[in-house]
Amino acid sequence: MNEILRINDLSKRYDDYAILEKINLSVRKGEVVVIVGPSGCGKSTLLRCLNGLEEIQEGEVVLDGEIINPNKKNLSKSRERIGMVFQSYDLFPHKTILRNVTLAPIKVKKRKKSEVEAEALALLDRVGLLSKKDNYPRQLSGGQKQRVAIVRALIMHPEVLLLDEITAALDPEMVREVLDVVLSLAKEGRTMVIVTHEMQFAKAVADRVIFLEGGKIVEEGKPRDFFENPKTERLKRFLQTFTYETVENDEIEMEQV
Amino acid sequence: MGFEVLLKGNNMIRLLEGLGVALKISLISVSFSIVLGIILGMLMTLKNHVINVITRVYLEIVRIMPQMVLLFIVYFGATKAMGINISAETSAVIVFSFWGTAEMADLVRGSLISIPTIQYESSMALGLNRLQTYIYVIIPQIVRRMIPLSINLITRMIKTTSLVMMIGIVEVLKVGQQIIEANRKSSPNAAFGVFATILILYFIACWPISCLSKYLEKKWEN
Ligand SMILES: Nc1ncnc2c1ncn2[C@@H]1O[C@H](COP(=O)(O)OP(=O)(O)OP(=O)(O)O)[C@@H](O)[C@H]1O
Ligand SMILES: [Mg+2]
Repeated sequence: MNEILRINDLSKRYDDYAILEKINLSVRKGEVVVIVGPSGCGKSTLLRCLNGLEEIQEGEVVLDGEIINPNKKNLSKSRERIGMVFQSYDLFPHKTILRNVTLAPIKVKKRKKSEVEAEALALLDRVGLLSKKDNYPRQLSGGQKQRVAIVRALIMHPEVLLLDEITAALDPEMVREVLDVVLSLAKEGRTMVIVTHEMQFAKAVADRVIFLEGGKIVEEGKPRDFFENPKTERLKRFLQTFTYETVENDEIEMEQV
Repeated sequence: MGFEVLLKGNNMIRLLEGLGVALKISLISVSFSIVLGIILGMLMTLKNHVINVITRVYLEIVRIMPQMVLLFIVYFGATKAMGINISAETSAVIVFSFWGTAEMADLVRGSLISIPTIQYESSMALGLNRLQTYIYVIIPQIVRRMIPLSINLITRMIKTTSLVMMIGIVEVLKVGQQIIEANRKSSPNAAFGVFATILILYFIACWPISCLSKYLEKKWEN
């Protein structure tokens, strides 16, 4: 059991308000862990703790034997090994697509520019955006920006990739193009921790699904058991909110027809 | 047409020197304004209550008071009332810096708070440390927002320097008046020629600067 990332008894509070309580989680190399849960349950906060964007009050995050701590001097060294893509478009607006992708490997990893550019172009080609390399972020659609953001994280060769609702701000027709990229990454065996509201996608991509509610892990399991035979009442109720939504949408569509 | 007076003696050179005085006062003031404005602008983002109140009052004063009134207050007020002896040029620099610092500080503050936190976070998530994040991600964005605006401030300052003749500084407009006075009899039309020339001189001084600002604005649109 090739463990790459471990969370031990992690607790996170804002002032006296507990956001995460005693979270334990272990992620194996090549595993895709999907976190779902109601809005405000702490999913984003958990991901942000994993790469030290948030201070934690108790517990620890260990990446391949190395503790990640926001107060540590060489935190950026650990962050090189963890890629993260956020929900909102976070590309650097003053740089072209190519420069967005090549900045970190050149400045942080001190790799040769020519070599980094060649790799960047290959990755952009892979997500179908080679022709956009000299454009600026504002000239791209939301889905295209998110694919660039994924490429920008990939080029650092992260050992773990964290994706926080990367399709939540997208128009529905763009969701697919982004999730397809993520699916292909899963197929090539990348380790990922993914937060999403797309249950179908979660079912397809996950090796393991985790239900987070009220800052605690309430249930976890293989996607099939998780979605088809939820054990806890709370997960059942959570999953029902999605089926209810689909039924309602169907009705509206029927009326329109 | 009255242009002939400019060819007399060293009149043209005097006009240019007058313009030099105006440019000198604005450039010195702008330099002070940029340095002090950046510091003050950064302080203003700290959300410290005392700093906030003080800076708000300061910005309001600058906004409300005509520059001429400020010039009179500093020059006549300080020299006559308080017995401090400061030259007219120093007074001008003080007033223009006082004004420019307020505007710069507001620009810097605006640019700083307009950079979303996600820009810092996504940069650091890529492994850039704090310094690298500022150098490659934050500062270029701030500079892009600020340079066109501060260039605009420079041209406005050059234009407003015409006020300093009110406290006895011999700048280009004042020189022009002197030339017109001196040639009242021989060239009664001197006024047109002289003022037209001054207009052109101001234009030559300000136009390239404002072109540069337009160019940068276009270039950095994104
Ligand atoms: N800076 C902060 N200060 C105080 N409370 C915060 C802060 N950031 C987040 N919170 C709170 O922490 C809780 C968890 O937030 P988080 O963003 O992790 O939720 P989430 O599960 O990602 O929700 P969503 O699905 O809406 O993205 C929320 O109740 C939120 O109000
Ligand atoms: Mg979230």
